[in-house]
Amino acid sequence: MGYQAALRVWRGDHGQGELAEYAVAVNDGEVVLDVLHRLQATQANDLAIRWNCKAGKCGSCSMEINGRPRLACMTRMSIFTPEETLTITPLRTFPVIRDLVTDVSFNYAKARQIPSFTPDPAVRPGEFRMQQVDVNRPQEFRKCIECFLCQDTCHVIRDHPENERAFAGPRFLMRIAELEMHPADTADRREIAQDDFGLGYCNITKCCTEVCPEGIKITDNALIPMKERVVGRKYDPLVWLGSRIGRRPRHDTPAAGGTKG
Amino acid sequence: MTDQIERHHYDVVVIGAGGSGLRAAIEARTAGKKTAIISKSLFGKAHTVMAEGGCAAAMGNVNSRDSWQVHFRDTMRGGKFLNNWRMAELHAKEAPDRVWELEAWGALFDRTADGKISQRNFGGHEYPRLAHVGDRTGLEMIRTLQQRVVALQQQDAISHGDPEAMIRVFAETTITRLIKDGGRIAGAFGYVRETGGFVLFEAPAVVLATGGIGKSYKVTSNSWEYTGDGHALALLAGATLLNMEFVQLHPTGMIWPPSVKGILVTESVRGDGGVLRNSDGQRFMFNYVPEVFRAQYAETEEEADRWYTDPDHNRRPPELLPRDEVARSINSEVKAGRGTEHGGVFLDIASRRPAEVILRRLPSMYHQFKELADVDITKEPMEVGPTCHYVMGGVEVDPDSQAAKVPGLFAAGEVSGGMHGSNRLGGNSLSDLLVFGRRAGRSAAEYVDAVDGAARPAVRQAAADEAAAEALAPLERSGGENPYEVHSALQQLMTDQVGLIRNEGELQSALAELDKLRARAAQVSVEGGRAYNPGWHLAQDLRNMLLVCDCVAQSALERQESRGGHTREDYPDMSPIWRQVNLVCSLDGDQARLRHQPVAAMRDDLLGLFERSELKKYLTEEELVAGLAGAAATPAQEETH
Repeated sequence: MGYQAALRVWRGDHGQGELAEYAVAVNDGEVVLDVLHRLQATQANDLAIRWNCKAGKCGSCSMEINGRPRLACMTRMSIFTPEETLTITPLRTFPVIRDLVTDVSFNYAKARQIPSFTPDPAVRPGEFRMQQVDVNRPQEFRKCIECFLCQDTCHVIRDHPENERAFAGPRFLMRIAELEMHPADTADRREIAQDDFGLGYCNITKCCTEVCPEGIKITDNALIPMKERVVGRKYDPLVWLGSRIGRRPRHDTPAAGGTKG
Repeated sequence: MTDQIERHHYDVVVIGAGGSGLRAAIEARTAGKKTAIISKSLFGKAHTVMAEGGCAAAMGNVNSRDSWQVHFRDTMRGGKFLNNWRMAELHAKEAPDRVWELEAWGALFDRTADGKISQRNFGGHEYPRLAHVGDRTGLEMIRTLQQRVVALQQQDAISHGDPEAMIRVFAETTITRLIKDGGRIAGAFGYVRETGGFVLFEAPAVVLATGGIGKSYKVTSNSWEYTGDGHALALLAGATLLNMEFVQLHPTGMIWPPSVKGILVTESVRGDGGVLRNSDGQRFMFNYVPEVFRAQYAETEEEADRWYTDPDHNRRPPELLPRDEVARSINSEVKAGRGTEHGGVFLDIASRRPAEVILRRLPSMYHQFKELADVDITKEPMEVGPTCHYVMGGVEVDPDSQAAKVPGLFAAGEVSGGMHGSNRLGGNSLSDLLVFGRRAGRSAAEYVDAVDGAARPAVRQAAADEAAAEALAPLERSGGENPYEVHSALQQLMTDQVGLIRNEGELQSALAELDKLRARAAQVSVEGGRAYNPGWHLAQDLRNMLLVCDCVAQSALERQESRGGHTREDYPDMSPIWRQVNLVCSLDGDQARLRHQPVAAMRDDLLGLFERSELKKYLTEEELVAGLAGAAATPAQEETH
């Protein structure tokens, strides 16, 4: 039943701030977001929290709870003991805007650099025919709610902002894999996956998969198969020979032009 | 005013970044117009992501008997014939093209065995009609539209050297006022959440695509953004709202534990074989098939169960009645003492379908119940009850162009009214967003072309300063009530007195209480600064919710009948006289006023799609005589789109 939870919540903006301590009532069956809302309504009216659906579908309320990247709306209070102090902090990889809200614009910038879905122009709307077995895999990746927890946890950028230019992060490497596995897509993003989006930085520690609230097997089903495709493209002896004797023009799709500025 | 206001100039400003807003923006940009998308949340988080079941479109992929005429008929029946028939017609005709278009932009719907888009059964739809992706169709739709916007930006990066040259998303930005010049739209004023800074968009055309009003209720499936912003902006700008009494309670929301109360349980559970039972284990929906639907629904469990595999020779299970019927039935069972421990009924799919089918067809539902309620839906029934889900009422628009009553203002999707009549069918929302989002975007572009023949309307500095002063007021007051308290009181009031079952006494008391709440809201004060301050944002939203709730309560008091999403226990019957009445809300000073407006008579060829015996249940004798004489003269033609 109900109890008073001890919370330490990061308050501050633009890199300056501190953990503020609160005691907040908790009722049966609640999630962390319920408790933060109660804190906001009763003790800290201006506490900045980004949230939207409160049903695990929009991926807005991403934060770190006792150091682990989580959705606050899907983290039940019952996984903690009443005696435990909860430490709630903003996503560490992204710059803080205020309190628990971070600037995630990095992700939108990366999304814009990936060449979009490119169907065969001869296929008219309504004429696409695809088998379920062929769409299962990209459909798994399209379950992504863009909560960016995988981006937050990935050690390539978590404490290394200097890698952000060269590395798109698991979410967007998975987006490349999704397009590559789309049965009706005609572009070839294998070369840029490595050269422009930094697939090689991924050393498959599977941290992204572990924090994915949708249970997407990011590493096993997207990143590793993508690495295999890149290797297949880069070291295919026929492709190599063709390029040496000038018989095979480059047909790899470049990263979207003019979007890196 | 010392405050800096950031100014932008656009051709078309779309307020809202859900399905209809993005579709409208794509259309306006494709028509060559410089377009801004104003998103209250981050890009791609709008309420559309929560749509689960699917997008209704008579593609006929699963049952080739389906056609726009059948879809039109189902939509009118679902709305109890109060729909704007022209919108229902356009919607039924154009929905398939809008779905196919999404596929050409990269959407990956579930497939049929022959590789087409699969379609599923849903309440009120005669044939399997909903294009879907498991139970996360809305996410697929919003992501596809989001990625289409990005694709257009990539084209603009090449042709203009700037990806945001022609279409730009202003994320976490909220519009608080529309600004006019000589009766025409001239722009929109708002604030940026991150900084609290003000922003002014000068544009001759504004498309409202702000969604619904669910956050005015305590138990709702709606997200944070659903505070009736577009409805209120339209009223404040001099436009009108139509039939605001019609608020849909989705029959199946989660009810336990309390913190998840209201979260949606998709209708697909029933479409895929789930049934409703009371605490006696009885499939009670057989007791609640209303007269108007008796011919189309099964009378025995055996017939209902045969329908899933042989729909041509059996009638539909009553669990698939339109949502208003199912919600009222659940309410009656609970009131009669046959509810569950937590005050709902059981929704059982565990005993009806194998676990692997449930996991494949309803993965999000499995996940949601497992994570939030410790319930394994492949092994035990769910406890469900009604939750505020959708507002059928909305901005009054021209059915073809989506133009509101103020020149330069357009509305599409949930914020617009008319399309769904008194009750929306499941699956008709996602298709509505696409069909009318596109139409609104196109009309806005055409309007801009027409305006550009002469001078564009301009925003007076004074108008922007007034809007800024209004927005700042809660921060400048001190010692007032906190906005969360007023919001919570409003939600309780609307749920208790303007909810599923209404009566005159409660509605009158609600109107009096709303007056008091408005007075309280005018005095709220907010602590903290302007940067990302949710208390301040809520204070802005309160104005909108209170205005819209007043319209809902006034309309609900006025309409003395029960129809669709409006049930009066003191007027329990549907009245053919009231079917001829649209209730139109407008603002007179700061008071919302109601007037009656006749419902347009349906075109004869459309009337001819129905049997006389069915029309008799809805129309007056005079309408029948006049309408059917015309229908005999012009038989319904088959049209292709």
